[in-house]
Amino acid sequence: MTDVTLDKSPVDEAPVPTTGPLRQPRLPNWAPYGIGALSVALGCGIGLVAGLESRIQWGLIAAALYVVVTFALTTTVEGSRQARDRLATSLVWVSFLLAVVPLFSLIWETVARGSKVLDGTFVSHSMNGVITLQPGGGAYHALVGTLEQIGLASLIAAPIGLLTAIYLVEYGTGKLSKAITFFVDVMTGIPSIVAGLFVLAFWIIYLDMGYSGFAGAMSLAILMMPIVVRSTEEMLKLVPNELREASLALGVPKWRTILKVVLPTAIGGITTGVMLAVARIAGETAPILLLVFGSASINTNPFDGAQSSLPYYVYEQWKLGNEASYDRAWGGALLLIAFVMALNLLARGIAAWKAPKSGR
Amino acid sequence: MKLQRTNRLRALAAGALAVSGALVLTACGSDDNSGDGDGGSSKAASNIKCEGKGNLLASGSSAQKNAMDVWVKNYQAACPDTQINYKPTGSGAGIQEFLQGKTAFAGSDSALEAEEVTQSKKVCKGGQGVDLPLVGGPIAVTYNVSGVEDLVLDAETLAKIFDSKITKWDDAAIKKLNPDAKLPSTKIQAFHRSDDSGTTDNFTKYLNTAAPDAWKYEPAKKWAAEGGQSADGSSGIATNVKQNDGAIGYAELSYATGNDIPTVKLDTGADAPVEATTENASKAISEGEIVGKGSDLALELDYKTTAAGAYPMVLVTYEVACDKGNDAATLDATKSFLKYAASEDGQKALADIDYAPMPDEIITKVRQTVDALA
Amino acid sequence: MSIDSAPDTAAPPPAPAGKAATKQNLRPGDRVFLGLARGSGITLLVIMAAIAVFLTWQATKALTENEGNFLTTFEWDPNAEPPVFGIAVLAFGTVVSSVIAMVLAVPISIGIALFISHYAPRRVATPMAYVVDLLAAVPSIVYGLWGALFLVPHLTGLYEWMDAYLGWTGVFEYNGGAARSLFTAGILLAIMILPVVTNVSREVFKQSPKMHEEAALALGATRWEVIRISVLPFGRSGVISASMLGLGRALGETMAVATVLSPSFMIETSLLDPGGGTFAQNIAASFKEASPAGIGREALIASGLVLFVITLLVNGLARLIIARRKEYSGANA
Repeated sequence: MTDVTLDKSPVDEAPVPTTGPLRQPRLPNWAPYGIGALSVALGCGIGLVAGLESRIQWGLIAAALYVVVTFALTTTVEGSRQARDRLATSLVWVSFLLAVVPLFSLIWETVARGSKVLDGTFVSHSMNGVITLQPGGGAYHALVGTLEQIGLASLIAAPIGLLTAIYLVEYGTGKLSKAITFFVDVMTGIPSIVAGLFVLAFWIIYLDMGYSGFAGAMSLAILMMPIVVRSTEEMLKLVPNELREASLALGVPKWRTILKVVLPTAIGGITTGVMLAVARIAGETAPILLLVFGSASINTNPFDGAQSSLPYYVYEQWKLGNEASYDRAWGGALLLIAFVMALNLLARGIAAWKAPKSGR
Repeated sequence: MKLQRTNRLRALAAGALAVSGALVLTACGSDDNSGDGDGGSSKAASNIKCEGKGNLLASGSSAQKNAMDVWVKNYQAACPDTQINYKPTGSGAGIQEFLQGKTAFAGSDSALEAEEVTQSKKVCKGGQGVDLPLVGGPIAVTYNVSGVEDLVLDAETLAKIFDSKITKWDDAAIKKLNPDAKLPSTKIQAFHRSDDSGTTDNFTKYLNTAAPDAWKYEPAKKWAAEGGQSADGSSGIATNVKQNDGAIGYAELSYATGNDIPTVKLDTGADAPVEATTENASKAISEGEIVGKGSDLALELDYKTTAAGAYPMVLVTYEVACDKGNDAATLDATKSFLKYAASEDGQKALADIDYAPMPDEIITKVRQTVDALA
Repeated sequence: MSIDSAPDTAAPPPAPAGKAATKQNLRPGDRVFLGLARGSGITLLVIMAAIAVFLTWQATKALTENEGNFLTTFEWDPNAEPPVFGIAVLAFGTVVSSVIAMVLAVPISIGIALFISHYAPRRVATPMAYVVDLLAAVPSIVYGLWGALFLVPHLTGLYEWMDAYLGWTGVFEYNGGAARSLFTAGILLAIMILPVVTNVSREVFKQSPKMHEEAALALGATRWEVIRISVLPFGRSGVISASMLGLGRALGETMAVATVLSPSFMIETSLLDPGGGTFAQNIAASFKEASPAGIGREALIASGLVLFVITLLVNGLARLIIARRKEYSGANA
C-alpha cells in the first residue's frame, strides 16, 4: 500500500521551493525509458566501435551511461535533490539488473546445455564401464546415492531437530536451552567441508570405517539439524498458546498436547522447513567428496562401499575435462537443480496451503 | 481439527507417493552400458577366458584409469560373474593398499622400490610383488598458438619454456626449430599440474635426462620449477590450454585428442620430428630395457633415443601383483583379468583410446609372468 | 553420530526424571517425552563438542609432526619427509576472496533488497522475492560448474580492461591467461551470496516503521531521502548481520572456489593473476593425495579447524548483532 503512495507522493506533494515557479520542472514520464534506450544503443555502439568482445562489457557501459546521463539531465532540469533521488533509483535498478544477469545466465546455461543429454538413458543408467571420453552413461547411480544419503540424513536429523525444537519451545527455560539455542546458531554457520572433516576424523580415521554413503549422510545430518531446529522453532512459536492451555485444562498430559495439538497445528510449516533443509543438503558436494568416495556403478547399499551422489557426479564429470563429460556434468547439474527446485516449490506449496490456518 | 486431519492424511499420501516413486526409480536403473557407445571392442569378448568370480578390488595410478575403464568394460561383458573395481587413488596410495593386502593388485606409475619389494614379501607368502608393464602412454605437449600448426620443439627448448626462461613465442630458439611457422610475439603461458602426478614425474624425468643442462630440477611428482601457471589434473591443463591463446601444457595424449588441441612434435635428433602417437610411443618403449630381476619386469626407458619415429616422452604404468602367494580368493580372477589385459585384444583396445600398446618383446614376457602367477 | 545419539537419547530419561520428581509429579509419558526432547538437545551439544574435540585432536597430531611453521609456511607438503605445511597462503586467499565477494555483493544486495521492498511495483516485487529465494537454493556445485565453464572464459575481457585502467595499482595487473584467480573466485562468491544477503536485508527493510517513512514523506522528502532518513538507519544492523552471514558462507565455500581457482602456494601481488588458494578449496583439492599412511588428512583437518574457528567468530558476531537489534526494536515497538 505504501509502495503505491510512495510512487506518487513526490510528484503531488513536492516541496515548494522558495523561489521560482510553484511546480518544479520535471522530466517527462518517458524520460527514463528514453535515456535507457539511448544508453543501450550507445553502449552497444561503443562496444562495437571499440571492438569489445564481451557482451557483459557492453551492458556495463550502457548501465554506466544510463546512470550518468540521468544524473546530469535531472540536475539541470529538476535540481540536485531530485537528481540524487533519480541517481539512487537508477543505482537500485542497475544493481538489480547486475544481479539478474548472472543468475539468469546460470539457469540458462544449465538448462540449455543440460537438456542435451538429459533423457531416459541418462536417468536410468550408471557410468559403469563407460569410457569417459565418449558420450553415453548416465547419472542413475548418483541419483540413487543422493536419494539414499539425504534420506538417511533426514532420518537422523529430522527427529533430533524436531525434538530439540520442541524442547526449546515447550520446555526450554534455563541455561541448557540457552546453550542449545546458541549452539544451534553456531552450527548453522558450519561450513559443509568442516562437517565432512569431522566425520572423516571421527568415523573414518578414529573408528577406522570405510567410505560409505552413510558416512556422507552423517555429515549431511549435521548440516541439516540446525536448519530443522530453527524452522520448527519458528513454527511452534506461531501456535497460539490458547490451544495449549485449552488442551492442558482438559487434563490432557503435556506430551499428548504437544503430539496431538501443537504439532498437527504446525505440521505444514514444519514439513516446509524440513523439506527446505533437505533441498539445501541435497546440493552439498564437499562432504561427499571426503566421505563417500564416488563410484561409477550402482551401489544401493549406503552402509557399505563407495557410492556417488548428484553433486559429486557433476564435480567428477567436470574434472574429467572433455566435451562428453562436460555434457554429462551439465546434465547432472540440470537434474540436481530440477530436484532441488521441485523440493523447494513443493515445500512452499505446502507452506502456502497451510498458511491461512496457522493464522499468519 | 477435522480439516487438519484430512490434510494430514493428504500429506501422508503425498509422502507415500514420493517414497514409492523413489522405490520404483530404484528398480529401473541399470549398470549395463554395453549398448551405448562403441568404445573398446566388445567383439574381443569371445577371446576372454573367464576364471574365478566375485569382487576384484584394485587401486592406484590415475594415469591408467581410462585404460582400466576399457579393460574392465570388455572383461565384465564377457565375464559377468566378476566385478572389477579400480579406484584411481594415485600410485602411492595404490601401492600402500596393495601392501596392506586390501587390494588384489595395484596400478602404479613407477616400479616398486627395494623397500616396497621387501614389504611385499609379507603380503605375498613365499613370493614378492612384481611389476607388470601393461600400459604405455605418450605424454603430449599441447599448445594453443593462433596461426601456428605443426609446432616442433626439442627437449632443451621445452625445458626452457617450462622453466620460464623462454617467455615469448617468437623466441629465437623456437624460430630455429620452426623456420616456416609464423610465430606471434604472444607471451607463453606454461601450464603445469598443481597436484602431485605421475605425469609430471615422467615429464620432468624426460626433461632432466634429455636436457640436463636446461632442466636442473630433480624429477618429482610435485612441480619443482618456478613461474608458469598451474591447473588441477590433466583435464585442467587441457581445458586451460584450449581456452588461452599462447598456452602450452603437458597431459596424456587422450586429453589432447579429447579436447581437440594440437600437440607438439618432438625433435629428438632423429631425421624427422616425431609426433605424439601411440605407435611412436610403443616404438620408444621398445628402445628401453627390462631392468627388473626374475619375474619382475620393471623397465628403464631410453629418453635420449634418436631412433626414427620413436617418441621418447612416454610414461609406462605397471600393474603390481604377487608372483607367488596371491590371495587364493582372488587369484583366478586376477590372473584371468591380467591375462586379458596382456592379450593381443587387450593391448589393441588401448590404441583406440590413445594409450600405447606394449611392444611385442615386452608383452610376451608379461604374458609369461602372468601365466606363472600363483 | 548415530553412535552419539543412541546413548544420549536413551541415557537422559533417568536424569531428568530424578530432577523433575523434586519439582513436580510428571506422568510417565511426560517424563519419557521430556527426556527424549532434552536428549535431542543435548545430542546437538555433544555433536558440537565432538566436532571441536575431534578436529583439535587430529590437528594436534599433524601439528606436532609439522616441520614448517603452521602459520607462515608457504607450502603444503604434509606427505614429504619431514612434513612441511602452513596456512599463510590459504588464510590470505580465504580472506581476500571473501572480502572481494563482500565488496561486490553487499551494495548490490542492498540495492536489490531496496528494489524489492521499496521500488518495484508489487506485481514485480513478489515474484522477484520468490526468485531470489529460489536462487539461494541453487547448489554450490552448479555455481562452480557455471563459473568454470562460462564465467571464467567471459572474464578475460573485463580483466584486460581492468589491467588497462587500473593496472598501475599493481593489484589489478593482468598478464593474460585463464581468468582463474582469487578475483574470479571473489566474483563467483559474490554471485552466490547475493541471494543470502538480499533475503535478510529485504526482511529488515520491510520491517522499517511505516510511520517514519510516511512522516518523512509528509515533510516533502524524495523517495531516496525517505530511504536514507528512515529505512537505512533502521536496517543498518540488519544489513551488517546479513553481510556477516554472507561472509560466513563465502569463507567456507568449497566447490565454487575449487572449480574456478588455479591453485598455487604463492601469494600473488595482483589479484587477477592465477594462484593462491582457500582453506576449503585446498581441502577439496589436496584430499585425494592425502594418503592414509602419512599425516596428509590430519594436516587438512588442522586447516579445517582454523576455518571452523574463523567461521564461528564471524557467525557469532552476526548473531550478536541480530540479538542486539531484536532487543532494540522490541523496546521500540
